[in-house]
Amino acid sequence: MSNQHQWPAWEVFTQKTDGEAHEHAGNVHAPDAEMALLNARDVYGRRQEAVNIWVVPSSAITASTPDDVGPFFDPANDKMYRWPNYFKTPDGIKQI
Amino acid sequence: MNQQIIQEDDIRREEEFNARIAAGKTIEPKDWMPERYRRQLLRMMSQHAHSEVVGMLPEGNWLTRAPSLMRKAVLLAKIQDEAGHGLYIYSGAETLGTDRSEMIDQLLSGKAKYSSIFNYPTLNWADMGAIGWLVDGAAIVNQTVLAKCSYGPYARAMVRICKEENFHNKQGYQIMAVLMRGTKAQQEMAQDAMNRWWWPSLMMFGPPDKDSPNSGDLMRWKVKLQSNDDLRQRFIDRTVPQAEAIGLRIPDDKLKWNPQTRHYEFGEINWEEFNNVIRGNGPCNKLRLKQRRDAHAEGNWVREAAAAYAAKHARA
Amino acid sequence: MNTNDALYTYCVRLADTAVILSQRFCEWCGHGPILEEDIAMSNMGLDLIGQARGFYAYAAALENKGRSEDDIAFHRNEREFTNRCMVEQPNYDFAYTMVRSFLHGAAAYLQYRELTKSGDETVSGLAAKSLKEMTYHVRHSSEWLIRLGDGTDESKVRVQNAVDDLWQFTDELFEMDEVDQMLIRNGIACDLTQLRQEWDQMVDEVFSKAGITKPAPGGFQSKGGMKGMHSEHLGHLLSEMQFLQRAYPDAKW
Repeated sequence: MSNQHQWPAWEVFTQKTDGEAHEHAGNVHAPDAEMALLNARDVYGRRQEAVNIWVVPSSAITASTPDDVGPFFDPANDKMYRWPNYFKTPDGIKQI
Repeated sequence: MNQQIIQEDDIRREEEFNARIAAGKTIEPKDWMPERYRRQLLRMMSQHAHSEVVGMLPEGNWLTRAPSLMRKAVLLAKIQDEAGHGLYIYSGAETLGTDRSEMIDQLLSGKAKYSSIFNYPTLNWADMGAIGWLVDGAAIVNQTVLAKCSYGPYARAMVRICKEENFHNKQGYQIMAVLMRGTKAQQEMAQDAMNRWWWPSLMMFGPPDKDSPNSGDLMRWKVKLQSNDDLRQRFIDRTVPQAEAIGLRIPDDKLKWNPQTRHYEFGEINWEEFNNVIRGNGPCNKLRLKQRRDAHAEGNWVREAAAAYAAKHARA
Repeated sequence: MNTNDALYTYCVRLADTAVILSQRFCEWCGHGPILEEDIAMSNMGLDLIGQARGFYAYAAALENKGRSEDDIAFHRNEREFTNRCMVEQPNYDFAYTMVRSFLHGAAAYLQYRELTKSGDETVSGLAAKSLKEMTYHVRHSSEWLIRLGDGTDESKVRVQNAVDDLWQFTDELFEMDEVDQMLIRNGIACDLTQLRQEWDQMVDEVFSKAGITKPAPGGFQSKGGMKGMHSEHLGHLLSEMQFLQRAYPDAKW
């Protein structure tokens, strides 16, 4: 019962159908990239959930932290002009 | 001085945390959480994952003897799902900062628990029906509620699992239904399985509310959303008519419908048996641990070889 | 023997080989070296059960005596089973399992590839589905052979032992008889002897990457699985697999 042979974790992203974006599905443990791909196929593709798979070492992911929430995302909330419905269309115009 | 600031900081954070839970927000891995919350979740999630993995064994016992190719395929797919479910939950539990291999070590050393139901033997083919129908049925009642729990990775794993698990329940019920329409020997097989699995299935919901030590905290943190007794009652209410529909007798003389409460009343559960099995004194506790330990030990050279290969071929 | 009888026999042989190997994969379920590999081996087992069901069902239709896929799978004795002897060999360890999966898988891959061109539409359809599955089995097992062969001292010894022990069942993967000959003439089956060279290339490539030594020619080669001549292991496998059907002959499941 030793830990030294624990394989590293890989994050799995699956593309459900052609043309869609890859979405995070979960993770697998694997010794290397090729085996991670095979494992991901067997674990997250059992029910035809994928037409393409990415695997990324979990350790390669850099994430923002909950403490970043304010400085990262709040500054976007006073820039309503990024949304088209911010702008009033003059009466009588049906489409612009 | 410093110590005091840290303590005050923790108190403030815990208040914020409680407020978020009360507001129905989801807790994510990197969010601050009280140490007890983290520990309790880790305990629950790793037990749940262990249960999925150990749960493969009693059904695996009949895989090579499945009576038709269709049944063999369905059973294999189902047990494979359980491996997948174990994996999803381990993966969720790892976000709490404990590696899967560490959790597995705790299982193999006997320190971590798993659902006591898997410490009962599978003695005839109908047990495959009883497990799918009753054990998975009880698990679904539990897991449907857990899919709304406050910890994001656990809730998301449950959503995925519930989606996959419905067929487990249905295939089990179908096995029973076919047996009950079959020969006398098959009907006896089904009733025998029913008699052995009914009470342990009811125990799956855990001790009665009055004796459930961790329930208070877990309910307050919305890790648990309904009490053991409520979930048990829900399971009984939905399962009894299913049994009657195919002619199976529930092995409980005290079972009766109460038209006032619109619930079934049922007999006394043997909690002494439950506690014994939990403590390691069930029919298959030793066997299940041995099977897991053997698989792990025999797999060691394989894991080691692949790791060695990866190390040799890693790009510098 | 007419073409119909020959095709019946041919389909049963393919199905027998698939079902016996699936049974061996089933034995791993819950006991794999790591959870991910448990799931992988179950997938391969499921593919093989699917292949077996497809070919048994077609055989039953050709025979037209009202028998089902299960009647054929569960109600014949070991001398009536016609699988390749390679697949009935016990799992022993993960190296054996992967070597067996590779050696048989590569041959099955080539055979199914040729059968996609079969003049019989059902055969070509079943072959097309099976071909995709075997492509994956070969990829999975090759990757493992390479890792075990180039892993640790222990894994190197284990994988080489498995190759040495299983090698005696390799010629048989290409054995043919009058059933094959008749179906080849009718454009339904393929000539396995013509696939041997390509199989050897596949094996050589993986063995060389894995550092596995190919056993020298001239050693004992067992034959005759297709005629019901098996190793001692098959009878035990069948007595387990067929137990319920035999114990309750009048039951439906």
